[in-house]
Amino acid sequence: MTDPTWQAGVFAALKRAGIAQVGYVPDAGHAHLISAAHADPSIRTTVLTTEEEGIALAAGAWLGGQRAVLLMQSSGVGNCINMLSLPVNCRMPFLTLVTMRGEWGEFNPWQVPMGTATPLVLGATGVHVRRAERAEDAAETVGAAAALAFASCVPVAVLFSQRLIGTKVF
Amino acid sequence: MSGRNDLTLDRRAVVAALLDDPGDLLVVTGLGAATYDAGAAGDRALNFYLWGAMGGTAMIGLGLALAQPARRVLVLTGDGDMLMGMGALATIAAAQAPNLAIAVLDNAAFGETGAQASHTGLGTDLAAVAAACGWAATTTANSMDEVAALRPRLRREALFAVIGISPAEVPRHLPPRDGAYLADRFRRALGVAEA
Repeated sequence: MTDPTWQAGVFAALKRAGIAQVGYVPDAGHAHLISAAHADPSIRTTVLTTEEEGIALAAGAWLGGQRAVLLMQSSGVGNCINMLSLPVNCRMPFLTLVTMRGEWGEFNPWQVPMGTATPLVLGATGVHVRRAERAEDAAETVGAAAALAFASCVPVAVLFSQRLIGTKVF
Repeated sequence: MSGRNDLTLDRRAVVAALLDDPGDLLVVTGLGAATYDAGAAGDRALNFYLWGAMGGTAMIGLGLALAQPARRVLVLTGDGDMLMGMGALATIAAAQAPNLAIAVLDNAAFGETGAQASHTGLGTDLAAVAAACGWAATTTANSMDEVAALRPRLRREALFAVIGISPAEVPRHLPPRDGAYLADRFRRALGVAEA
């Protein structure tokens, strides 16, 4: 497990941003956020079978007047490509926090292709990409990303670098 | 073709019946013919039509239902869209949104692309899939009497319904397709648009 201190700051930033729905496909790097979201009675937390469900969930939340966030790892970004046409085309805000694999001391070669492609794919589909490399910047980066997404109605992804979340030990 | 003999209903008549006197029902429609059918039944601000994002219709319905627990949400889509987003049946069953119902217009074909047989014509029973995913209430309708009985249930229960419709093509009816317009119109009608 990673040090949850910065992740507590990220959760607080999501609360300040008015996030009312969290959708996720689990990742160890998001474990603290997922637990915190489930424990918060003011947040509705939905486990997904695949990441693109979370984009549609967030679109529905926005239609209903709520703000949502999607938590996933970089491998899931590839599952999202066509569904990203939904927030882009409908000029809806979309916020996702992505834990990166395949970029820092990665043990599992199957994580490398999508980890390498993640920022390129997001950029190519019209998503604004921000990156958090250091624990002390993570909460501020998420807060700024949420402000951009919800005030300017654009899709924004924050990539949590693998160095930040800690390399998975097998 | 599918060889199924339960695909006889006129899709426009089915959707007109389901959406009769919609009141403040929140409606999300899947791309292609379900969107056209809902538009033909009467364009309204509280219809959110998809023209893409295939596989996402049911999950949009879930996000909306969770955000608006005091309102009823109806997802109206085709078998192709539901098949692509079949995992959503598990996600929605687990989420247990009592104010969300799904009606699938099943012609056992990908009607927009040349009427190739879909999996519902090749053995997949979507109502059984939903039940296996944990939906407590699932049903099928293959006559207009059954459709009429379905209408109030779709506005009262967390119901997953599959309606057998004819694969025959009907005239195109094209509702608005600008996604930003549709989203803004919907949010304003719902009273959640920010200034």
